[in-house]
Parts: sequence; structure tokens; C-alpha cells
Amino acid sequence: MGVYLPMGPQHPLHPEATLVKLRVEGEHVVDADVDASFVHRGIEKALEHKTYTQGLYLAERICGICNVAHTTCYTTNVESLAGIEAPYRALYLRLAVEELARIHSHLLWLGLFAHTMGFETLFMLAFRDREPVLDLMEEITGGRVTTGYNVIGGVRRDVDPGLVFKIKGVLTQLKERILKYKELFESDPVIQARTRGVGYLSKNEAGELLAVGPVARASAIARDVRIDDPYLTHEEVPFNVIVYDTCDAWGRAMVRLDEILESINMVQYTLDHLPSGEVRVKVPPFFRPPPGEMSSRVEAPRGSLLHYVKSDGSDRPVRYRVRTPTLANLASVVTMLRSRNGKIVHIADVPVIFSSIDPCICCTARVTIFDERGHVLEKPLNELLDMRRGR
Amino acid sequence: MVTSFEAIKNFFRKRATILYPEEKIEPSATFRGMLSFERSLCIGCGLCWRVCPASAIKQDRDDKGARPVFLLDRCIFCHICVEICPKKAIKASRDRGSLVMDKSSLRVK
Repeated sequence: MGVYLPMGPQHPLHPEATLVKLRVEGEHVVDADVDASFVHRGIEKALEHKTYTQGLYLAERICGICNVAHTTCYTTNVESLAGIEAPYRALYLRLAVEELARIHSHLLWLGLFAHTMGFETLFMLAFRDREPVLDLMEEITGGRVTTGYNVIGGVRRDVDPGLVFKIKGVLTQLKERILKYKELFESDPVIQARTRGVGYLSKNEAGELLAVGPVARASAIARDVRIDDPYLTHEEVPFNVIVYDTCDAWGRAMVRLDEILESINMVQYTLDHLPSGEVRVKVPPFFRPPPGEMSSRVEAPRGSLLHYVKSDGSDRPVRYRVRTPTLANLASVVTMLRSRNGKIVHIADVPVIFSSIDPCICCTARVTIFDERGHVLEKPLNELLDMRRGR
Repeated sequence: MVTSFEAIKNFFRKRATILYPEEKIEPSATFRGMLSFERSLCIGCGLCWRVCPASAIKQDRDDKGARPVFLLDRCIFCHICVEICPKKAIKASRDRGSLVMDKSSLRVK
């Protein structure tokens, strides 16, 4: 039956505490399981003790890298619940900052992915190129990583023409570099050997396991919340959904690199077409939304992110629920790690496969309640979505 | 090949890092940093300690009434208190803050 090989919870190639349980026969992985429950922080429970205004800053800290996605989701959710309309200009600015966050998240991933392949030069180059984007974030929002930009009722600051000019300059430079990395991924024999055909996830499997984000899009499934369920001004900003059909780690890398280019175009378009007007409506600090429930979905850098809120009419939520993209992708990564249908998985490929889904464990560790038949005791997704559409 | 060219080019480029203790990166003009408090302007309305998400503002009583005390070791630099203060007694600075040996120096009264 093979040998049990634990990888983690502390392992040099895991950025966070994860236990990958492998069952190996020789060099081949025959079975795998992932335990991501080492960093449960009780954020959902803590959100029930915060007012809606305070909860925003806790929701922001669910994930450091995709904090803009979390605040976008939180504000969209609470604004829909309370019937607050953010100004039009604020929606455009939210979109621009969200795409900037996607750029820096994907660049961080590129570095870590190169690091797991043992390609330290690319790690350094990716982090060098991420730096100017973080500087831009600091200048636009006031915070380098935890931006605190989105607030209930709009965004905190406006951009001035000088800053717009600077952003465009930095992004134009970045674009050239990303094109170079794309060329590198297409031509470098070492990268090809480490990623081509590694971590195979067929289109059917990705569909059945409900993969989200770049993992689904690298398996030829065009699943993107920005197209399927636009939440900001995505109808007005032209962009393409990047789809690759190689179904492997290389495809996931290419999807992310192409998405950076797409995001750069989106930010430039958004800044060119900024509508005039206010960026924030005043909301009282202890506002009380009417009793009810609401949900919202956002395309975070790692995939679809879902927030759900239930209110009883007080200034604090009764229940707040977050479903992060990595949680949705863990089922896929377990399948990728198994040798099956003639696709052999080697032990040396495990770090590359695992980091190819861009795991963010800290936001994943949360409780899901099952009954004895294995059914999740929560509302199905389509019911949640109808709730939002019917507002 | 692509990385080889990049590596050769790097010999002629300006370095991407800085020599930290001698050189420092200045925070941008809009950076949200440490707070400062002007006690004479405060009217003791209590909005700041009620709104603080990190419970970093405590109440303090003096002969004029309730006044806030800022525990900057708990502060998450969200600056809601700066925005909400009706008398603009709480001011934001660009200061990133530095390491301290004594925690009590992070209490701003």
C-alpha cells in the first residue's frame, strides 16, 4: 500500500502551515490529502462582535495579499444589504485598485512559483517588479499592503491627474517585463520540463471539482465572476477572459501572466475613462441595515470569493460567512497530486503542483458543517446569487 | 537565454535595493502612519473610542471629563478616528513608527 510521507505542516516550500499527506510507492505519489486547518483564526465569529464599519477592517485582514478583493466583497455586500449606493467614480476607482492588487498578487505568485522550481533568479526579478506596484498602492491608498481603500459608501481617496500619469508610466514599464517573462515561460527548457504536463487537471475534473480562478481557466473552463456576475463596472471596461487548454502547471502560469497584461490594460482604460463626481457618500458610523441577508461574489486573484451576511436590524451582523477561493481549489489539488490515468506524479513535482494553485491557507482554514451524509448544511450557491440579483 | 541577457544587463543597471540603515525609503505623501493627538482641542465626544476596530483607544478621565488615550501598539492605522473626529484633534502623520524598548512610550495622551 506504499509509504505515508507527510510534507509539512512546516516545510521550506510551503509559505504557510499546510500538511500535505502523501502515500508514495517508490518515487510515485499514489494518493494524497491536504490538511489546511492549522491556522484557524475565528474571524467569522469575531465579525459578529464588530459593527459593520469596524468589520471592514477585520475582513481586510482575512488575507493580506487579496485584501482589496475582500474589502470589495464586504463593501458590495453590506452596501447592497443597507441600500447604500457608492458613487460611480468610486466604483471605477475600486476596479482600478482591485486590478492593481491582482497584478501584485500574481507577481508574488510568480516569484514563489519560481522559488518552488528552484529558479531563484526569477524569484528575485518578480519581487523587484512587484515593488513599484506596491509603491503605487501606497501612493493611491495610503497603505502598502493592507490598503484600507474601500469604505462603506465609496472609496477613501481620489486620484489626481499627476498620479494617474505616474501609474500609467509604471504599468507601461511593467508590461514590457511581463512580456519578457511570458517569452521565458514559452522558451526556457528547464521551466518547460518542470511544469509541462505536471499537475494535470482535465476539463471534466475541473468542472466536477468546481475549480475556480486561474486553475479552472487553465483547464479550458471560462469561469470568471467579472463576466458571469459583474459586481463593479465590469460591463463598461473591456477585457478578455484568459483561457488555456493545457490543463497543467504551465497553463496556470500562463493564465496568470496573461491576466497581468489584461489587468494592466484594464487599469489604463479605467483611468482614461474616470467619470467625474464624488468618491464617497457619507454613512453614519453605527448605521443599522434592515433585517435580511445578502451575499456577494468577487473575482479575487485566486478565484471566486463569496461573502454572506445576515442581519437582524442591529448594528452588528448575526452571521458572517466567507468562502475563499483556495478552499474551492483544495479538492482540485488533491486530485492533481494523485497518479491516475497514466499520469504519474513524482515526489519532486509535489511542491510545483501545490503552489500552482496559488494556495493561501490563512484565509482557507474555517469551519464547514456537514451532516452525516456529507451534505453541507448551508444555502446552495444559486439561492445566494438569486438573493443578490433580486435586490 | 532570456534570463542570461537580463543577468548581463543587470551589471549596467542601477541597483534595485537600497543600503538600508544609511539610506531610507521615504513614505509617500499620502501614507497613513502614526497618530498624534492634540488634547486641548478634544471635547470628549467619545466617537473615536466607540468606532475604533482594534480597541486601541481607551477612555481616560481628567478634570475636564473623558478623554482618549491611544495605545499605538494596538493601532492598525485605519485612521477612522482621524476621519470621524469632529474637532480635528487627532492628526495623521507619515511617520512609519520605529522600534521601541518601552511599550509605554506608545501611549499617546
